[in-house]
Amino acid sequence: MSNLATGTPEAYPAIDKHASQLRIFYKKLSRNRAALIGGYLILLLIIISIVAPFFTVYDPVLVDYDTKLLSPSSTHWLGTDHNGRDIFTRLIHGMHITLYIGFLSVFFGMLVGIPMGIIAGYYGKIVDTVLMRFIDILLAFPGILLAIALVSVLGGSINNVIIAVGVFSVPGFARVVRGSTLAVKKLEYIDAIRALGASDGRIIFLHILPNIISPIIVQATVRIAYSILIASALSFLGLGAQPPTPEWGAMLSAGRSYMFDHPHVAFFPGLAIMIVVLAFNIFGDGIRDAFDPR
Amino acid sequence: MTVFMLRRLIQTIPVIIGVTFIVFSLMHLIPGDPAVIMAGETAPDEQVERMRERLGLNDPIHVQYLKYMGNLLQGDLGQSVRSSRPVWDEIKPRIRVTVALSLYSTLLSIVIGVIAGVISAVRKNSLLDSSLMLAALFGLSMPTFWFGLMAIRYVSVEFGLLPPSGWGTWQQAILPVVSLGATGAAIIARMTRSSMLDVINQDYMRTALAKGLKKRVVIYKHGLKNALIPVVTVVGIEIGVLMSGSIITETVFAINGMGRLVIDAIRARDFPMVQGVVLVFTIIFVMANLLVDVSYRYLNKRIDLN
Repeated sequence: MSNLATGTPEAYPAIDKHASQLRIFYKKLSRNRAALIGGYLILLLIIISIVAPFFTVYDPVLVDYDTKLLSPSSTHWLGTDHNGRDIFTRLIHGMHITLYIGFLSVFFGMLVGIPMGIIAGYYGKIVDTVLMRFIDILLAFPGILLAIALVSVLGGSINNVIIAVGVFSVPGFARVVRGSTLAVKKLEYIDAIRALGASDGRIIFLHILPNIISPIIVQATVRIAYSILIASALSFLGLGAQPPTPEWGAMLSAGRSYMFDHPHVAFFPGLAIMIVVLAFNIFGDGIRDAFDPR
Repeated sequence: MTVFMLRRLIQTIPVIIGVTFIVFSLMHLIPGDPAVIMAGETAPDEQVERMRERLGLNDPIHVQYLKYMGNLLQGDLGQSVRSSRPVWDEIKPRIRVTVALSLYSTLLSIVIGVIAGVISAVRKNSLLDSSLMLAALFGLSMPTFWFGLMAIRYVSVEFGLLPPSGWGTWQQAILPVVSLGATGAAIIARMTRSSMLDVINQDYMRTALAKGLKKRVVIYKHGLKNALIPVVTVVGIEIGVLMSGSIITETVFAINGMGRLVIDAIRARDFPMVQGVVLVFTIIFVMANLLVDVSYRYLNKRIDLN
């Protein structure tokens, strides 16, 4: 059982095509204020991460000891770090790294977790038992420990962080998808389609997958927020992105030694992480309310 | 109950075996030759060979695993590459610190989370409810290490209220426990609120009120007991989050527990130590979850856990 579990999906009539699935999704979403605010906030962050780096005045990695550890001012909005680099510039240039890690690690988790969940739920019996016991083993590792262990042997880099955090979100997807698949599989129309001679692959891709999209999306948004937090923690521990990459967790970690006299070097990267995670959490709350009304 | 506990205990055995297999495999996931990495890139060949011999890397992989399991069953977690001492001897004195830190944080997050959640649910849509849930949303979204560092910077350094690091006195425990427990409290508060709201709308609550019982009695005696059932499962998951979170918190507050041990071991590329700590952490977590399951059963006797 998981607090992230999303219960059963809404079973839409079989006549629904993918397009109308998405339309229903959007319709429900637009009726929820939190989901809208969160969604627009995320959109804004994505745009900033793509466009804003072109407009920054300072270089994000170039060292300049003349401007070392300056407090926030009108020239350096959020001050400078121990290498004299403008913190605002570094945060802006690091934003895409944070989002990239968040999206890609969850994508990795989906890529592994969704097929596992569908196969376990659809085929049942021994396949289900084996796959779910494997998930139980992954869940036996407390919290982020497996991610820490994985990234420690693979070595610190952004790609390895994505893999480690991705593995961490596999069980969540596998369980949610398995539960939803079981619910959809029981519907009469699936039996009818099978009786008409549809193959397993056709049933899974054309009839089961479109029906379990909502719980997957709910799970994904919640996971992105969490993944961003974990990835920044790994970087903070020195296991993730390495300096001089303007990754926020790594910036915070580097700022630690200077924060007693210059708290801004540690304060702003942490605040940035919180704002992004907050946006995803608000969106996630809204989306959960819209699709999982309990 | 005894039968249930025994069965549950037996069920954990395959999980633990699976865990040992993954922990064992960690050493073989290292890109390149683990012996070279642990002996050092510049080490002479014979030193690398000695390291390989010491780690048993010359045996076929299934022999390595069987040897590893055989040693584990005798309580031998291997030898630290860095200090040459048995891994278990280094872990043992630190278990208490990490377990205490996780336990206090869990307790704190349960107490704060449940109280905040109940207040929020009872006063649904009030200003108090909104502010509590907003605080919970922030608690859920902030990085614990950032919160910890800011607490050190402002509470300890600026105002000198509490010691900034270490473990031993109760004063030293406050900041780490609060910073580790904050996220858990946020999650439990949100869970308690929604679970409590579900319960408040149940028929038996209305019946109890209609019987003329006091609202307070109904809410706390009938409501809370039922509302806590889903919260207990969240607590089970939270224990794991807090245990692994202690790795970060111990690093932030310079606490000499298992978390700092594993981070130091990773930096020194001391992989037998990393394997040992990961395994001990996981076994403690599995046992803690067993306890949670038993209390779940105790709270809700209707549930068939078999």
